[in-house]
This record gives sequence, structure tokens and C-alpha cells, in this order.
Amino acid sequence: MTGDEPGHSVQMFSRVRLRPSLIVFMTFSLPPEAEAKIEDLLGRYPTKRAACLPVLWMCQREHGWISPDVIQFVAKRLELSTAVVKGVVTFYTMFFEHEVAPNVVWVCRTLSCDLRGGKVVQEHLEKRFGCHAGETSTCGNFTLLKAECLAACGQAPMVQINDEYHENLTLEKLDAIIDGIEANEPAGGAISNAETAG
Amino acid sequence: MTEDFKPILTARYGIEGSETLAVAEKHGVYSQARRALTTMSPDQIKDEVKKAKIRGRGGAGFPAGVKWGFLNPGEGQDVYLVVNGDESEPGTFKDRTLMNNDPHRLIEGCLITCYAIGAHVAYIYVRGELAHSIDILESALAEARAKGYVGKTPFGKNHPIEVYTHSGAGAYICGEETALLNSLEGRRGEPRLKPPYPAIEGVFGMPTVVNNIETIQSVPDIIEIGGEAWCGKTELGEEWNDGGVRLYGISGHVKTPGVYEAPVGITMRQLIEDYGGGMLHEDRPLKGVVPGGSSTPVLRPDRKVHAPNEEDRLHPWHGMSEIDVPMGVETYRELGTMLGTTCAIVMDSSVNMVEACRNLMKFYKHESCGQCTPCREGCGWLLDVLNGLADGTGKSGDVRLLVDIANNMMGNTICAFAEGTAMPLLGFVRQFRDEFETAAAGGLPSETRLDGSTRDGVERAA
Repeated sequence: MTGDEPGHSVQMFSRVRLRPSLIVFMTFSLPPEAEAKIEDLLGRYPTKRAACLPVLWMCQREHGWISPDVIQFVAKRLELSTAVVKGVVTFYTMFFEHEVAPNVVWVCRTLSCDLRGGKVVQEHLEKRFGCHAGETSTCGNFTLLKAECLAACGQAPMVQINDEYHENLTLEKLDAIIDGIEANEPAGGAISNAETAG
Repeated sequence: MTEDFKPILTARYGIEGSETLAVAEKHGVYSQARRALTTMSPDQIKDEVKKAKIRGRGGAGFPAGVKWGFLNPGEGQDVYLVVNGDESEPGTFKDRTLMNNDPHRLIEGCLITCYAIGAHVAYIYVRGELAHSIDILESALAEARAKGYVGKTPFGKNHPIEVYTHSGAGAYICGEETALLNSLEGRRGEPRLKPPYPAIEGVFGMPTVVNNIETIQSVPDIIEIGGEAWCGKTELGEEWNDGGVRLYGISGHVKTPGVYEAPVGITMRQLIEDYGGGMLHEDRPLKGVVPGGSSTPVLRPDRKVHAPNEEDRLHPWHGMSEIDVPMGVETYRELGTMLGTTCAIVMDSSVNMVEACRNLMKFYKHESCGQCTPCREGCGWLLDVLNGLADGTGKSGDVRLLVDIANNMMGNTICAFAEGTAMPLLGFVRQFRDEFETAAAGGLPSETRLDGSTRDGVERAA
């Protein structure tokens, strides 16, 4: 099973609406500058396989999520089977197997955060985004996900948005942060109403 | 006692630019690596670490000096150092502060350790969510390489050492040392059966020392003042084999949650009152405290130590509150709990313990790697029963069922995740059985939440 049949990705991820022109020509590659970085990574480990997570990260940072074409790319580059790479992707929470919005908002709901208002934060964001946790906002700019303990317990409640932590939250602070991100996003958002698995 | 204690592990916290090499060096960083690599032998270093009696700071509390002693590399074998920065245990947030505030001291610890154990490569595995910490470490490593401290001849010594960061991608189980090694190798983070232990067969099949960030970060301090002197900073007696100073975390219903450095052996009451600032609300007293991350059984302030005989190790504290026993790896084991990561989660009288337990069981169900049937099925089953207790569909035999499930998970799996789930469950049931029985009889009130004491503060405009 490979990802080269044109209709394949649409079949597997039919809930994500893709522009028709993309369906036929989807292959993934990293920009040429990335190749030097991959070579450097490969030099750090005695096996090619050990570069699997770092290379997957590079791809997700570039592409936004781990598509079947990304899996093909990584498998080929590291001489692994796509099954093995897919097995790795499905194991880790932070690798997305479906397209996500440009801003992924993780709300921590583990004990220390819940004691300090984590649930309030989630409820507020669900209302503001018009979606449940696990889904993308109606505006398409945010995907809201529940996180397990993010090692910020003394600064609870908090959220992680993409690579950044926003801690010691009040709803007022949180709204200001979201306002700030929205001000920088294109109108209409990048994807609409895609249901994503966190 | 908090006023006259001089921090050594966190001495550089708060200094402007402490994460840069220039500032760090001005405050003593790399001086011990230079001294160790140019004037000491590996055996001398290992000896100091043994004398220090430093218990692993990742949660298991295994003596680091003993672990290093397990290495016995054969012909043609490479030794590796792997530093565990996968800090994911609920309630735990101390290693993050070390990486962010004093990354060069961590690198220094790696250099000394690599030299001592005969390794030439160290991987610092950091959980993927801490992208900011990884950036800080990467910048620090670039500076250290440019200075030649990391590289072919650190401090002129012909012992090449390379240090790399390696990012996880969201999996608590990767904090388990063998799962971490699998993840480092580019695999699913599933634990391996032990033996063989990593010291014999670790990453890439090679002898490997896996230590927590705080453990490695403490090595330069141990070298600086000597193992015995470092050990002597503990407040515990010699018989408890638990030396030095350590980081304590405190979160939940206290006034000043945070990370604090103190000698080994302060009490939970001291942590809550002197460091945590006391309970958040005067009229909501302490109900229970999870002492060292979610895998450690909960303590109750109104439970008394039962150690009536002279031979009982806890005899000096017989009749005192559980929270007045000095915090040590072995003292807490005697108490029927675990020291874990010494990051406490404090719960006041507003907290329903069935709900608190359920919160943690959701965590464990999510994080089970799924390899072993007792754990994979047990975690799910525990949560199902707890959900039934919460929504009123529970039955009177449910509490006994919870205990049964937990007991059948433990000891029957590849790794200790099952214990990490079952022990706190059993702890909650043992300490707060009446609440569980009440829930089994009639469920929890539908508005039961954990944020009763803090909701207002979050919702109200600042």
C-alpha cells in the first residue's frame, strides 16, 4: 500500500476538504536547505532510523501535519518501511495525522491545572471557538485539543499554542492572547470545519 | 530555615543572561568540568558521586553512583549517556526550570559524567512540548561547541564529547528509561523488558547510563564541594542513604506554587507552609496531598504514622501526622507512599477525591503504551468504573472491584507504568474510602468540579 494513487488521500481523509488540484499532484519534499540539516542529524546517530523523530518534526513544521506523502518521504529518506514510519507517527500525540489549523491550542486538563481552573479555560475556548475540544474553530484559525500534563503545574491554568506556553491564565489574559493571534491571521482561516484527531 | 539556606543548584536562577555562556562562566559554570577533566580520574569522579549518595531525581530514587557502577563495557562497545528530560509526571515541573535557567550547568554535568563513565556522546532527550527549552539548550550547545568545551578536546583533554538534544513528541511513557531509548532510536516509545538493564544493553544495544536532568545537573556541585560534603547537606540521618539538596515543586491550592531548592529531608508540612506559602484559602484546610507526582499515593494530614516498635524505621515519628515525616526516598517508602519527583499537588477541603482520582486515571488511560494486556485493559477498566461512580451508575461492589483491578495490574507487565497507575488508585481508595463508597451508592453531584477554590479567580476580570 503506497500513497501514489491520486484518490488515495481523499479516500482516507475524506473529512478534510482539499482543493481538487492538490489531489493529483501531492508529493512531499522539504526545501533544499533542509537537506543539509538532515545530513547533520544523520551524523548524530549510528543508525538512520534514529533520525526518524527529528525528521518527522522537520516535515510537520514545514507541512503542518504528517500526510501520507510525508510518510513516504521520511520512509524513503531513512530507508524504513512506510509501515514502520506510520507506526511511529500514530504513537506520538504531537504528530498530526490530519490537517490542523495554523494555531493549535492545547489546554492542559491534568490534576494541577484542573485544580486551578483548567476546565474553565477549556469551556471558555469552546464557546469562543464554536467547537468542542478535538475540533477546529468555526473561523478555521484554531484547533482546540486537550493536553495531558505540560510541566507547567506551578503556573496553572495554562495553554500551549503551537510552540509557546501561555501560563498563569485568567480568561481576560487568554482572550487578549487569542485576540492577538486573530489579528494576524488571514480572514476566513486556512481550513474550515475540519474535524481533527489530536 | 528558608532564610539561611544558600542555594547551590539554583544559585544562578534569576541572574540576567544566566542561559548564556558568558554570564554562566562568570558565575562558575564549566570550572568543575575543567577541574574534573584535567585533574581527576574517572574513578575519582565516580567515587565522589557514590559518596554523595544522590538518589535519582527522576522519580525512582535509585542511587546514581550505584547505577554508574553497573557499567562493564566489553571490547568494541561504546558507552552512552542519555539524560532524561521527558518531564511528564503530573505535578512535576522542576527539570524545566533547570534547562531554562542554567543550561550550561547541565552541559557541564554531561561533560563530567561522560568523562567519568567513558562515554563520548550524550543525548539530552527533552519532551516535545518544551520546544522553548530545547531552543535554549541548542543555543547553549552552540556556544559551548564554539568555545571548544563540547567537541574533540574539551578543556584540552583527549576525550571527545558530543552532546545532542533530541525532541520527544508527546508521550509520557517515554520518560520510562527503556521506552526513552526506543524513542531515541526512532521507534514507538514502548518499554523493554528488564533485564537486560541499560547499563548492559541500552541505546543502540550499547552500555548506557540514563539519568534525570536534575541528577546530572547536580554532578558539578558534587565535584565542587566533594561528595561527602554535598551528602552532608541532607537533613536526614545517615541511615536513610539520601544525600544533598534537591528541587521541590508545589502546585494546587497553595499561595505560592513553584519550584524551590531545599535540603533533602524537609517535611511536607514545611514544603506547604514555608515554601508554598500555606493554603490558598484560610477556611479551606488541607485535605490531601499527592507528594511526588501523580504516581505516588496520596497523603492525608490527619492520618498518623503507625510505628510503635523501636525497630520500626519510622519509630521516631510514631503518632505524628503523615505530613510531618521528613521527605526521603526510604522514609516515604516506609510510610506506604513514594517520594517520586518531590513535586507535590496540594488539595484543599473543596476537592472531591473520587473526582481527583478520576482525573489522574484519565491521564493513565491516555498514556498507557498498550503493549501489556493488564495495563492497557486495566487502565481503561479503572476509568470505566470511576466514570460509573461519578455519574451514578456505580454499584456497591465497585470499590472492591477497583482494588481488584489495580492489584491484578501490578507485577504483571513489562514496565512499572501499571504500578504507577495502580498505586495511586489504591492510595486514594485507602485514604478516602468513604467518599468512594458514597459515590458507588449515589454518584457524584452533577456539578462536581476540581476548581471550586480557584474558578472565581480565573473567570473574574483581573
